[in-house]
Amino acid sequence: MALPGQKQPSNMEEFLEGIWKQNPTFVMVLGMCPTLAVTVSAMNAISMGLATTFVLVASCLLVSTVRNIVPPQVRIATYILIIATFVTVVDYAIQAISLAVYDALGAFIQLIVVNCIILGRAEAHAAKNPPVRAAINAVGMGIGFTIGLFALGGVREVLGAGKLFGISLFGPDFQPWVVMVLPPGGFFVLASWLLLFNWLNSRKTRADRIETVGGHVHGA
Amino acid sequence: MSEQATPTAAPEAPATPSAAMIRTLGLVATICGVLIVSSYEGTLDAVNANKKIALERAVFQVIPGAAKVEEYYATSAGIQPATGPTPEGGAKFYAAYDKAGAIKGIAAEGASKGYADVVRVLFAYDPAKQVINGIGVISMRETPGIGDKIYTDKAFLKNFEALDVKLAADMKTLANAVKVVKHGTKQNAWEIDAISGATVTSKAVGRGINESAQKLLPLLVPNLDKLGSK
Repeated sequence: MALPGQKQPSNMEEFLEGIWKQNPTFVMVLGMCPTLAVTVSAMNAISMGLATTFVLVASCLLVSTVRNIVPPQVRIATYILIIATFVTVVDYAIQAISLAVYDALGAFIQLIVVNCIILGRAEAHAAKNPPVRAAINAVGMGIGFTIGLFALGGVREVLGAGKLFGISLFGPDFQPWVVMVLPPGGFFVLASWLLLFNWLNSRKTRADRIETVGGHVHGA
Repeated sequence: MSEQATPTAAPEAPATPSAAMIRTLGLVATICGVLIVSSYEGTLDAVNANKKIALERAVFQVIPGAAKVEEYYATSAGIQPATGPTPEGGAKFYAAYDKAGAIKGIAAEGASKGYADVVRVLFAYDPAKQVINGIGVISMRETPGIGDKIYTDKAFLKNFEALDVKLAADMKTLANAVKVVKHGTKQNAWEIDAISGATVTSKAVGRGINESAQKLLPLLVPNLDKLGSK
């Protein structure tokens, strides 16, 4: 969204916002409930990411389409209705595609309804932007979330089960680090990723500052 | 947004007539209703087919050699094909037939609370020998590496090669209730030797089987001949 005096971001910037600059998992730290709970394997993580992406894109598209006729008093009710609808659709779709995935994700499919990334995007972005722009932003956010989940799920599956996508990596002698697929493992791996991203970020900030100072010196 | 300099929508808010709000919500709800119903109708066949495949796979796993599965209810009035909800006091079971159509075995579900959540198992019942001769796990959320030994631990699975579930003389209960005993102390054919370190999950399996068998077998055994062949 563009504030007065700020230039409208390009489509590419809209798309990349969710993948890097405002990554839902690593920067905004939103939607932690499914992030910690279902990322015991890479396959689970990707299924959850794709399901959330579908709900995110479809509901942002519809919210953006009806944004001009929704009175502000009933907007939250409208958004929740729209989001709940697409969650129900995705619920049936997953049951039709694979019951194994449906059982693995359990209640977290229905809980997409209350995933704050989706309501946040509907309220902060889709309600203020035309449909195409809202959809592009939502696709980026969804992919960013999927990448975040995969970063957790992949690491946890490799460490906790010695497998990736169910394929054994280290042979039968590998002693799995079971705690990694238990709830504490989710916290360990998430914390490690956050540490890495914050370290990269602070390094970048420091580099920027030195550059600015250096530029001034040079100009003087 | 309005032409006013203030970016907030608040000053306009009171002007919205109630009818507009109801109209909008009604419109959105209608769209959502159509979407939900059409996706339900659209996926129904695939979902049912998936459930049937999953069930057949589970039954075939506990009854090797089966080729066809039928669902039935056993009630005090006899055996009836499973349609609609389970009748009062009835129990559901699956009859497995081989390729030639002869009855191969019976499978039923048992469920009991484990360490984390309900452990649901499917067990195979051999009517000729009156024993349970196979189990499979339908769903569980037990600790990986500990509770999941119930389907990987060979010594534990040995319990279910011929677990005695003979009916008592009055045909109302099992002659000996299925019981989980401490690891290494199994003495009788109706006892289950627990997994050391996964006792809670082992007990859940035993309890689930016992409850289900106590309910199902007295209803089923007198009517076994009516199952016939398919």
